Amino acid sequence: MNAALPVLFVFLALAIYLGIRSRRGKDMDLEQWTVGARSFGTVFVFLLLAGEIYTTFTFLGGSGWAYGKGGPAFYILSYGCLAYIISYWLLPVIWRYAKENRLVSQSDFFVSKYRSPYLGVLVALVGVVAMVPYLVLQLKGLGLIVSTASYGSIPEWVAVVIGVAALVIYVTISGIHGSAWTAVAKDITVLSVVVFLGIYLPLHYYGGFENMFQQIEQAKPGFLTLPKEIYSPWWFVSTVLLTALGFYMWPHTFGSTYTAENERVFRRNAIFLPLYQLVLLFVFFVGFAAVLKVPGLTGDKVDLSLLKVSTQSFDPWLVGIIGGTGLLTAMVPGSMLLIASSTLLVKNVYRVFAPATSEAQVGRLVKIMVPVVALVAMYFTLSGSSTIVTLLLLGYSFVTQLFPSLIFSLLPNNFVNKYGAAAGILAGVVTVAYLTLTGTTIGTLLPSLPQGAKDLNVGIIAMFVNVALLLAVSLITRGLTAEDEEGVRGEALES
Amino acid sequence: MKLIYVLAFIPFLGVLGGIFFANRVEPYVLGLPFILFWIVAWVVLTSVLMTIIYMLDPANREESR
Repeated sequence: MNAALPVLFVFLALAIYLGIRSRRGKDMDLEQWTVGARSFGTVFVFLLLAGEIYTTFTFLGGSGWAYGKGGPAFYILSYGCLAYIISYWLLPVIWRYAKENRLVSQSDFFVSKYRSPYLGVLVALVGVVAMVPYLVLQLKGLGLIVSTASYGSIPEWVAVVIGVAALVIYVTISGIHGSAWTAVAKDITVLSVVVFLGIYLPLHYYGGFENMFQQIEQAKPGFLTLPKEIYSPWWFVSTVLLTALGFYMWPHTFGSTYTAENERVFRRNAIFLPLYQLVLLFVFFVGFAAVLKVPGLTGDKVDLSLLKVSTQSFDPWLVGIIGGTGLLTAMVPGSMLLIASSTLLVKNVYRVFAPATSEAQVGRLVKIMVPVVALVAMYFTLSGSSTIVTLLLLGYSFVTQLFPSLIFSLLPNNFVNKYGAAAGILAGVVTVAYLTLTGTTIGTLLPSLPQGAKDLNVGIIAMFVNVALLLAVSLITRGLTAEDEEGVRGEALES
Repeated sequence: MKLIYVLAFIPFLGVLGGIFFANRVEPYVLGLPFILFWIVAWVVLTSVLMTIIYMLDPANREESR
């Protein structure tokens, strides 16, 4: 047995211990379990929101993109900072409304704003469909990390099973409190490990950052910038913009904003989160350092670049720490995804069709749902679909389709009604699914366009279709909802 | 238009509009290829701008307890 394994297990034990400890002295009703009774201050909300940035996707995928694609990887560093600017105004409004109406899920928000439980069902299902591949990705990363860090002595599937078991245990016991505390442990280790690797590798192998980049540029001219076609500046602009809009539309991210104790938490976080993102810079350095040192990884193997360059450079105990860090980067988002998707399925889908379900029963059912969702994700992970990145991008495009209806619902005089919102979301999602699955790009649809327009992210088309239907259907069905609206106004006057 | 909205808009221009001009390796700044330096600079500037916005925004004064 090598020294990496015991270190890995210490990390796993730590995660479970923090999860169990965090529940102490708390009565776990649904509001406590899902949104921490809206009691989290700047630091915890910061860590929860940041926790979703540093997932296995960034840890392995960020370095993997830098290694495999070069310059286009820089988009990962760019969209967050724009999303945080939007968050300064968006999140306080969402939080205030959620608190006043005691909402616990993203779907609740649409139900309450548009007065339609069925729109809530649609939003919940879109969210869950988007989250399952995201969860699969975390589990797959977990398997890769543990099996590589154990030098192959733990097979990937065993790592996945152990990880799922640990996730289910602490999510069931402590809910969001476990995620918050594990996020603390995760962020401390991820910061130290990534900064260490990002500085050590370029200095050790190349004698400096500029040297490293110059050698790469010499070996692969143009690798460090955006190419003229496909991943062109136009691709960059449209992708960064769409991703920034979709950023807070993930149900688990949306849900974790409810945990804040007041609105200023978000405004303060908008100052610090952009800087925190700079850790990604070091993730890129690791990927770039690997370009000339562990060449030859292609396809989905590029995600292994960080781990490969680590096992090549360090002693097993240090590889164990790096692997343990990776384990935590999968656990925190994994647990939040589990909480969000089980809550959505029970509260916003099941309960709509079984309205007699009591609050306490909902609470119990959600916890029963956790292992069910985890097992579904585990099944997809182990059945080994190689198109996970496609699925993740699909998920991102799915949740982004919720953005227009959300923004309209925040307007003081929202003329978009539930029919319009539902039509827009459905049309957007169907468009995304069709375009992605058939591999359509703007270039294949309209070959006569100039190259710049061809490289635009295909999600833009779905967004247009979405907004067009949202407006058209709202106008056509205006008369249908007139009665509802009077009801709403009447109630608003009374309260 | 209020000043804070103008300030918030600047990083969008810098990151999205600027990328067309910053998409180059030379000159290296702080050891980074120019495009990477450009993006990092905007991340840092965003944080600075958000600090200014936070201080100017009356919403944060009213709530102070």
